[in-house]
Amino acid sequence: MKFSGGDLLMRALKDEGVKYIFGYPGGAALHIYDALFNQKHIEHILVRHEQGATHAADGFARASGKAGVVLVTSGPGATNAITGLATAFMDSVPLIVISGQVQSHLIGTDSFQETDMIGISRPIVKHSYIVNCAEDIPKIVQEAFYIATSGRPGPVVIDIPKDMTDPNKKFEYKKPKSINIRSYKPKVDPHPGQIKKAARALLSSERPVIYAGGGVIHGNASKELCALNKLVKAPITNTLMGLGSYPPKDNLFLGMLGMHGTYEANMAMHHADLILAIGARFDDRITNTPALFAPNAKIIHIDVDPASISKIIKADIPIVGQVRESLSALIKEIKKSKIKIDSEAIDLWVSQIKQWKSQYGLNHDLWKKTKKNEKILPQVVVQELYKVTNGDAWVTSDVGQHQMFVAQYYKFNKPRRWVNSGGLGTMGFGLPAAIGVKFAFPNDEVVCVTGEGSIQMCIQELSTCLQYGINIKIVNINNQALGMVKQWQDMIYDKRHSASTYQNSLPDFVKLTQAYGHVGFKVTKHEELAKVFKKAFALKNKLVFIDVYVDPSEHVYPMLISPNGSMKDMWIGKNKKA
Amino acid sequence: MKRTLVVLIENKPGALARIVGLFHQRGYNIDSLNVAPVFDGSYSRMTVTTQGTENVVEQITKQINKLIDVIKVDDITEGSHHEIEFVLIKLLTKDFNKTFRSKLKNLLHHIIEQDESNVVIGIAGNSVIVDEFLLSLSYKSIIEISRSGCIGMHKSEKYLTI
Repeated sequence: MKFSGGDLLMRALKDEGVKYIFGYPGGAALHIYDALFNQKHIEHILVRHEQGATHAADGFARASGKAGVVLVTSGPGATNAITGLATAFMDSVPLIVISGQVQSHLIGTDSFQETDMIGISRPIVKHSYIVNCAEDIPKIVQEAFYIATSGRPGPVVIDIPKDMTDPNKKFEYKKPKSINIRSYKPKVDPHPGQIKKAARALLSSERPVIYAGGGVIHGNASKELCALNKLVKAPITNTLMGLGSYPPKDNLFLGMLGMHGTYEANMAMHHADLILAIGARFDDRITNTPALFAPNAKIIHIDVDPASISKIIKADIPIVGQVRESLSALIKEIKKSKIKIDSEAIDLWVSQIKQWKSQYGLNHDLWKKTKKNEKILPQVVVQELYKVTNGDAWVTSDVGQHQMFVAQYYKFNKPRRWVNSGGLGTMGFGLPAAIGVKFAFPNDEVVCVTGEGSIQMCIQELSTCLQYGINIKIVNINNQALGMVKQWQDMIYDKRHSASTYQNSLPDFVKLTQAYGHVGFKVTKHEELAKVFKKAFALKNKLVFIDVYVDPSEHVYPMLISPNGSMKDMWIGKNKKA
Repeated sequence: MKRTLVVLIENKPGALARIVGLFHQRGYNIDSLNVAPVFDGSYSRMTVTTQGTENVVEQITKQINKLIDVIKVDDITEGSHHEIEFVLIKLLTKDFNKTFRSKLKNLLHHIIEQDESNVVIGIAGNSVIVDEFLLSLSYKSIIEISRSGCIGMHKSEKYLTI
């Protein structure tokens, strides 16, 4: 039997287990859309803007661990997908972005809706393909999925000129039985010698800290991380991307570290004699000034990407390998080892950290203390959300203060449940990402925590939600300003609020939500908050938008002092340094 | 410090652009670049010279290695290696005088073409020697100049091959 290029594409996607494509049609992609129409295995989700398609596929991928698939047309369709590609690239999310392209003979002629997608996307993809021969489509799709999901995951673009999917040209469906890319052999197993060294260093340390990042989530290694810490009993902190990889109720858990990390996590990092970094990349939002970073710590760094190791902070014991395989090897080695951990030293270390926590730790009971007539604190919104969802929801967020408040106060208990744009910091991510999560887990509670700034960047996707019955809950932490920008302006620019307020131009979000066919609630008083949440979450089959007006003057603390600060240098309140 | 990298890549459309683009994306400069197909033609070999400390170059090589089309990459600066560069120079025959000829004397060179009006000379040597020679010339006397950029290889005991 013979197939058109479009049919080959559909069959290849089906063979990769694809159930959903998030996309938006257009001229150069119409052959593909016709092939999509003629099959039953893959459902297409029509978004309202291609940025939404990429974020939705991204949310789907982060939640499910499978590659998300996007289909867009050439030109503006392709360029609109760029922000989502960059977002996925920075957070190592497996994404397949299929872009239509003008016909082969028109490439390079500035034809209608032509853009060099391969060129534009080059710096923000793991790899990209342009189809020169329709017969190659199955092989290219197979390779693209393998590249996107193996090693350090990332997005892959497949650019398909329109003539490659011509319904009148037919080919056999042929692809290799196994994948063999001679220039791409990602490393899985760690070097045994390095594992030995790491075990010895870890067991001999007196002030160890485990610093675990998004690699633990992507690498499905939470179980191994917990098993390792049963043996070494080290205080453990998560990056923004790593939250959920370790149970927050464990006594050794310090919460998030970095720019807005907890006081105790940052202090522990600074004073540690050993840091075990796992699937984390010493981002500038973690280290503060690299030259002043953890002056007395030996660094063990496990990462699947060799380029992440010793990029910012020199690793004393580098370990290149998949996180799960590396941790399993480390656990085995530690069990074999005759070195006993110095319990006395570690107890002392843990009690020191407890003291830091009692000094300036986060207050998870703010909701109890807020008086009825007081303005709503954004932190309390997250705490109330945590209560009403039993800490068990999938939470996506946008970017800014609200994102940090969720990271600080929603104690994620399971991997993958926390979906946010960490590396690129993309406003507009939250709502479409929540759509993607909902497609991955249709029966689970999915919440998008956002701000009145971010939500307006992709608000058109409320229409997508109606079309597909996406019954998510949106919590809009509305401080009537671009909060994080304003916070910096308060702190660094002598309160000159340049372009960070709206001059009373905010829409009525309740009416707007209703116009899109959903339910909206507005909350302005603290005493109403819990009640409205209860009411909203009881509406199981509805998308509910909860617009919560919060104290606009609130800042996110702690906050690392920069420039020229170390991890121990923090603002812990307005005009208060630790 | 000058560093010399050799890279073996897939000879595919766009592969070169990925490597060149990467230098710019990561904030590094390329001083010279040479690339051509090798072996059965499905591979290309590049020599790139750049500036940087050891840490910077380690990061560059790691980032290059991450590209899917890259098979191998090596910083050959450390350790013994060969480096050579080819140059074509065109000048007016009247300027091809004694002084010029004496400057050529110690260089590996060949007069490729000579007629009444023009001379084309091919020169080979390591980049330092070539640089010295070129600096010693008056640019007014040279009409055209084309350099291949450095090409490099480990000395006998080490290989960068398929």
